[in-house]
Amino acid sequence: MSVPGAATARTAEPSNYLNAEYSIKSWFLTLDHKRIGLLYLAGLTFFFTLGGLFAVLIRLELLTPEGDLFQSETYNKLFTMHGIFMVFFFLLPSIPAVLGNFFLPLMIGARDLAFPKLNLLSWYIYMVGGLFTLYAMVAGGVDTGWTFYTPYSSVYANSHVIAAALGIFISGFSSILTGVNFIATIHTMRAPGLTWFRMPLFVWAHYATSLIMVLGTPVIAITIVLVAIERLFGVGIFDPAKGGDPILFQHLFWFYSHPAVYIMILPGMGVISEIVACFSRKRIFGYHIIAMSSLAIAVLGFLVWGHHMFVSGQSIYAGILFSLLSMLVAIPSAIKVFNWTATLYRGSIRFDTPMLYTLGFIGLFTIGGLTGIFLASLAVDVHVHDTYFIVAHFHYVMVGGMVMAYLGGLHFYWPKMFGRLYPETLAKIAAVMIFVGFNLTFFPQFLLGYLGMPRRYHAYPEEFQVLNVLSTAGASILGLGFALPMGYLIWSLFRGKPAGNNPWGASGLEWQTQSPPISHNFDEVPIVTEEAYAYDTLRPPAAASPEQEEVLHV
Amino acid sequence: MSDATTSGRLAHHFESLEQQHESALLGMWAFLAQEVMFFGGLFTCYVVYRNLYHDAFVEGSHHLDVFLGTVNTAVLIGSSLTIALGVRSAQLGRPRATAGFIGATIALALVFFGIKSVEYWAKYEHGLIPGLAWHPEPGASPQLGIFFGLYFVMTGMHALHMLIGLGLMVVVGWRALRGRYGPDNFIGVEVLGLYWHFVDLVWIFLFPLLYLLGRHAH
Ligand SMILES: [Cu+2]
Repeated sequence: MSVPGAATARTAEPSNYLNAEYSIKSWFLTLDHKRIGLLYLAGLTFFFTLGGLFAVLIRLELLTPEGDLFQSETYNKLFTMHGIFMVFFFLLPSIPAVLGNFFLPLMIGARDLAFPKLNLLSWYIYMVGGLFTLYAMVAGGVDTGWTFYTPYSSVYANSHVIAAALGIFISGFSSILTGVNFIATIHTMRAPGLTWFRMPLFVWAHYATSLIMVLGTPVIAITIVLVAIERLFGVGIFDPAKGGDPILFQHLFWFYSHPAVYIMILPGMGVISEIVACFSRKRIFGYHIIAMSSLAIAVLGFLVWGHHMFVSGQSIYAGILFSLLSMLVAIPSAIKVFNWTATLYRGSIRFDTPMLYTLGFIGLFTIGGLTGIFLASLAVDVHVHDTYFIVAHFHYVMVGGMVMAYLGGLHFYWPKMFGRLYPETLAKIAAVMIFVGFNLTFFPQFLLGYLGMPRRYHAYPEEFQVLNVLSTAGASILGLGFALPMGYLIWSLFRGKPAGNNPWGASGLEWQTQSPPISHNFDEVPIVTEEAYAYDTLRPPAAASPEQEEVLHV
Repeated sequence: MSDATTSGRLAHHFESLEQQHESALLGMWAFLAQEVMFFGGLFTCYVVYRNLYHDAFVEGSHHLDVFLGTVNTAVLIGSSLTIALGVRSAQLGRPRATAGFIGATIALALVFFGIKSVEYWAKYEHGLIPGLAWHPEPGASPQLGIFFGLYFVMTGMHALHMLIGLGLMVVVGWRALRGRYGPDNFIGVEVLGLYWHFVDLVWIFLFPLLYLLGRHAH
C-alpha cells in the first residue's frame, strides 16, 4: 500500500509507514497494523481523558463529607460512566489494541496480522461501541454502576441502560476479533526459526490474553443482551418477581468480568518482561515459567468468579471453593514478580523512564495482588465487601499495574513507533508524579475501606474527611502526571530528537527494523537463530556514554 | 476473515497459499470457540431454569409444534449436506457446481425461515410472546414466561446467526460463480462451510432441549 513518491521527496526521510501516504483515506481505510494501532491510540486517549474527567468530578465531590456538589443520582451516573469508559473503552483494549497491534507482527517477523481487514473492522466496531456509550452519556447517563446488577438495571433504573449496554455489547466484538486475529497470527505467521519458546514474553502474554478475549467476552455479550431484553420485554429471566434469578446474572457477569481483569493485566505483564530484561541488560530469569504462568493465569482466571459473590447468598461451599481457587491465582502472579526481581538482581540497571514505570508496576502490582488475597479470604471479604478497600485494591492492579505498564510500554516503544525521542527529564518527572500521586490517591482508600467507608456514596461521616482530602490531593497530582505525557509526547512527534533504530540497545526483531518501520515491516523475512533476550551477547546502546547514564550494579 | 479467505489470491502478508489457508482455518475455529461460549451462556440459563421450574418447562414444550420443529431439523441437516457438497465442488474446481450447492443451501435456509415464521406467528396468536403478546390461558404455570423468554432468545439468536450466514453465502456464491476458487484455493468456501455447520449444530441442541425434553411426561 505504500507509494513513496512526493512524500519522500518532501521530507528526505526514508520511506516508512507514516510518510508512505498522507491522505485521510489512507488512515481511515488503512490495513497496516501499525496505523490501526495508532487509530486505537487516538480513540483510547479520548476515552481515557473522558473517564479521567469523571474521576476528577468524583474526587471533587468527596472533598467534603456533605453531598454538596452533586446530587446522589448525578453522583451515581458519574462513577458509572467513569467505570464504563475506563474498563470497556480504555483498560480492556489498551495494551493489546495499541502496542499489541503495532508490535506483535514485528516481534514475530510477520508483515501484518493474519486478517488485516478484520483488524480495521475491529477498530470501527470499537469506535461505534464507544459512540453508543457516548450517546448514553449525553442523553442523560447510566446509574447502575459498571456492573449492571439486576434487577436494578433490568427493571428499576430510569437511565439509559440499553444504549450503554449496546455500546458495551458492540465493543465486545472488537475485543473478540482482536483475540481471534492474534491467535491465528501467533500460530501461523511466526518467522522461520521462531519456535514457541523463542517468542518474546510480550507475545506469550498476548496469546494468553487472546484466549480470554475469545472465550470470555461472548459470555458478557449474551448477558448484556439478556439485560436489554429484560428491559424491553420484561421476560423475567433476572426478575425475582417473575421467577427469575438475579444471582444468575452475577454469575454470568463475573464469569467474564473476572477473567477480564486478566485481559487488563496480562498484556501489561508482557510489556514489563520486555522492559525489565532490556534495562537490566540481562537474559530474563525463568523465561519458560513466566510464559507458562501467563497461560496458568488465563486458565485459573476462569475458575474464580464466585469471589465477587461471597455476600450474594451463594452456597457457602461454593464460597470456600472459590476462595481457595482465587488464592491459587496468586501463585503464577507471584512467579512473575519473583522472576522480574531475579532478573534485576546483578543486572546493569538503567533508570530510564520505561524502567521507572516498570519498577512502579512491580511494587504497586504486588500491593494490589496481596490485597487480592485479603479479599479472597471469605471472612475478611465479608468485612470489607463494597467498601473503599475494594476500590483501592482494584485501582492498585488496574492503574498501578496496567496503566503503569501501558505508559512504560508507550515510552519504551515510542522511539520505534515514531522515530523520535521524548524529553527524558520531563518524562522522569511525570513518572515520579504519577507514582506519588497514585499512592496518595489510593493508599488512603485502603484505610477508609478498612474503617468501613462504603463505595458509591456521595456523602460520608465526618471522621473520614482527612483521608478523603489526602486522596483528592493525590488525584490532582496524578491528573497532572497524566497530562504531562500527553503534552510532551505530542511535542516530541515534531521536535523530538531522532531516535535511531535501537535507542535502548534492545534485543528482539522489532528493534532490528528501521524507526519508524517501513509499511511492510521487513524487506526480507528475518530468520531467527536464538532465543529472546540474548542480552549477554548484545552491546549496550552506542549512544550511552558512562557519564550521562546512571549505570548501577546491584 | 474475508481478506485472507475470499480474495482468491495470495495476500501480500502471507508467504504461501498454505499459510494463508491455515490462518483462515484457525481463525474460523477460534471464532467458533467464541460462538460456543456465546450460546453457552444461554444454555446455562436454560439448565438453571429447567432445574428450578421443571413443570413450567414441560408445559412450555407442549406448546411447541414438534412436527414443524422436526421438519426444520431435517431442512437444516439437508443444508449442511449441500454446503458440504459445495466445499467438495470447490476443491474439485467446479465453480458452477459450487455456486449451485451454495444456492441450494440458501434455498433450504429460506425454507427454515419460512417454517420458523409460521411457528412464531402461531405463538403470537396464542399470546405466548412475553412482552409483546402475553396472555397465556388461565392456570398456566407462572414461570411459563421464562420458558418462552428463553425460547425466543435462543431461537432468535440462532436465526440471527443464520441470517449472517445467508449474507456470507450470497457473497461467496457470487465469487464462486466468478471463478474465484480453485483446487488450491477454496478456503473461502471451506470457512463458510464450517460456520454453517456450527449454526446447524446449535439447532441440533436447541431442538431436543426446547421441543422434545419432557414430552413423554404427557
Ligand atoms: Cu475477580
